[in-house]
Amino acid sequence: MSKEQSEPELHDTLEQAQSKQDARMGGGVDDRFNSKLRQAFGSTPFILTKFDKFMNWVRGNSMFMLLFGIACCSIEMMHTYATKHDLDRFGAGVPRASPRQADVIIVPGTIVSKFGPRLKRVYDQMPEPKFVVSMGSCTISGGPFQEGYNVVKGAEEIIPCDIHVPGCPPRPEALIYGVLKLQEGIRAGESAPVTVKPYELEQFGDLDDDALVRKLASEIDEDDLVMRYNWADSP
Amino acid sequence: MSLEAPEPELDVGETPDGDLDYDELADLLGEHVLDREEHVNAEGFVIRPDSVETVLATLKEEAGFDHLSCLTAQQYGDRYESIYHLKKYDDPTQELSVVVPTASEEPVSGSAAGVFDTAIWHEREAYDLVGIEYEDNPDLRRILLPETWQGHPLSNDYNQDQPQIVPLREHANPMEKRTQVPDRSDTMFINIGPHHPATHGVLHLETVLDGEQVVDVDPDIGYLHRCEEQMCEQGTYRHQIMPYPDRWDYISAGMLNEWSYARAAEDLADIDVPEYAQVIRTMAAEMSRIAAHMLAIGTFALDIYGDFTAIFMYSITDREKLQNLLEDLSGQRLMFNYFRLGGVAWDLPEPREQYFQKVRDFCEYMPGRLEEYHNLLTSNELFQMRVLDTGILPPEEARSYGCTGPVARGSGIDYDLRRDDPYGYYDELEWDVITDDGCDNFARALVRLKEMEQSARIIEQCVDVLEDWPEDEREIQSNVPRTLKPDHDKEIYRAVEAAKGELGIYIRSDGTDRPGRFKIRSPAFCNLQSLEVMAEGEYIPDMVAALGSLDIVLGEVDR
Repeated sequence: MSKEQSEPELHDTLEQAQSKQDARMGGGVDDRFNSKLRQAFGSTPFILTKFDKFMNWVRGNSMFMLLFGIACCSIEMMHTYATKHDLDRFGAGVPRASPRQADVIIVPGTIVSKFGPRLKRVYDQMPEPKFVVSMGSCTISGGPFQEGYNVVKGAEEIIPCDIHVPGCPPRPEALIYGVLKLQEGIRAGESAPVTVKPYELEQFGDLDDDALVRKLASEIDEDDLVMRYNWADSP
Repeated sequence: MSLEAPEPELDVGETPDGDLDYDELADLLGEHVLDREEHVNAEGFVIRPDSVETVLATLKEEAGFDHLSCLTAQQYGDRYESIYHLKKYDDPTQELSVVVPTASEEPVSGSAAGVFDTAIWHEREAYDLVGIEYEDNPDLRRILLPETWQGHPLSNDYNQDQPQIVPLREHANPMEKRTQVPDRSDTMFINIGPHHPATHGVLHLETVLDGEQVVDVDPDIGYLHRCEEQMCEQGTYRHQIMPYPDRWDYISAGMLNEWSYARAAEDLADIDVPEYAQVIRTMAAEMSRIAAHMLAIGTFALDIYGDFTAIFMYSITDREKLQNLLEDLSGQRLMFNYFRLGGVAWDLPEPREQYFQKVRDFCEYMPGRLEEYHNLLTSNELFQMRVLDTGILPPEEARSYGCTGPVARGSGIDYDLRRDDPYGYYDELEWDVITDDGCDNFARALVRLKEMEQSARIIEQCVDVLEDWPEDEREIQSNVPRTLKPDHDKEIYRAVEAAKGELGIYIRSDGTDRPGRFKIRSPAFCNLQSLEVMAEGEYIPDMVAALGSLDIVLGEVDR
């Protein structure tokens, strides 16, 4: 594919990245601090601004975490919730087993091809506004497994991340620091920009017609959701 | 009447002093043996692909090889090869490899599924990753990779850059064809996982229910298949492979996993390990074992009665203590990377007396603490009502499924590699192998609790030994060449007793400084397969209990 072409110029790749981003984001800014009210009231009247501020303060100080474990990091995550480290001290220690009740998802571990669609689905099931702490090297870049044939090169390929906590695995103290930083950001009303997010769940029928799609046509229904991995284009 | 103990009956091919007579075994198999290969751990008999079942059945029934430890599949330039690593539960030092070459153009081989139940999953994995087809396997589907995956990643001509499409099928019932429901049709198909608090990670259980009873369960794994074998094949023996074992069984059992690689590679490259380093290794490994069992007990209690307050917190508290000790020793809380080929990375932390005191304090604290666990768990009536006589795994089934570790010992199988195939410093120390004849969820939890006590005993004795070690003989590492290049085509399969059971490594060297094939025999993979036996016919909550008592860790199941 791209390997056969000559090395692209730097500005070319930047443009490509931006166009990809625009395509995924559909133009406008990511509106995770949505509000039906805002739509109803038009622009930003005083009362809503104050209300938003209050809501952000509340959100930052009372976060429900999703009880979600993938790999090694989830062990350190459990230690962060439990005795000694006790994340609850910071108003962020109530693990919820259902994504429908959670505000924050900590992504603790390597994401592989088979789990990608599931992660996306779990994320989609969380109510807005939702926040993502990606924990460990694997969710940043694939970590020690980056060269694997089956490993997604970072959580940001699939869902937007607010905070990255590096480490393999990060110590509980590091995770607490990450969560505190997230709370700071939420209180200030910040939300992470959606960066490049190449892998989306789409219906099989919507994929561009190519050799692979034709080959799998007998196995997958038109309206099945699929995730297409273009490993060659992965960072 | 003679008072002497009766002579134990010898299997075919077994000599009175417990060795194997390969000539006698070859005679037993007669013309099936085409050729004989010399592996480091055992001899390999080359057989035809269509005689797999006959040969393995003969070996199992007449020569006593009742443990199919592992199946390694690999592709050479001119052929595919499957190696069945056979052992005996009575004496795992008696090993035999059965080598089955198949042609490159049409890699079709016979299946061992009719002889060993565990072969079904092993052959599915070989089909998935390498691409060998096993004809009579009743369930030859992909196991680790998604069903729509293109190509076989560990075969020679695999292109890693090709795109892949992975479907998310929400309402499909993959069990429709598989499950036979007798004369009643009001069954329900239910997905448990891969995101579910009771599955201990990203395990997906496809379950068919009749009312509240489980009719059929099929663990769907591979949600954490992060190419560990490929990673190890890309690393150099000396340093680059050692960090990965930590990440197979990541529940603080890193030391035990590192030992599996260290043992295989040291035997492959003829490296000696100083006695002093072996004592440190033994101590560190047992600390890891306690930490791993602690989490098993804590999460088991969480599964059984949602106890997020007492037992789970207790176990995490105790794990913190252990992690502190291990951190002092290795510098890391979870991924220790402390073993080196030929020894360990560095000596005990200074001041030594202080460290010894800390370890001793912990060992003294353990028995009293375990008493509390017993009060909260095993002597608790609620717990007993939940787990006694549920999740039954009879010993014959456990053998056939290749179960090892606490799961096998909870079914009364007296099998512990630390004693039966001694390595490290274990044979110099006083400790017992714990077994229990209960065969149920309770027995497995009980075995783990008792094993922690034994581990504490081992640690205490190691500290005694280390304290008295003369100062000028503290050799932590033997002389190992910077670049290791074992001879071309040298093959070895070695196992150690990890937290979950027999963790084996197969390495084939291809004459370079990286392994030609690196295969991991994961205990949790084999143990998980026996869930079907334990869960079918039980109620759903008992299935969850059975899963908890298996103590799987998905990093090791999927690798």
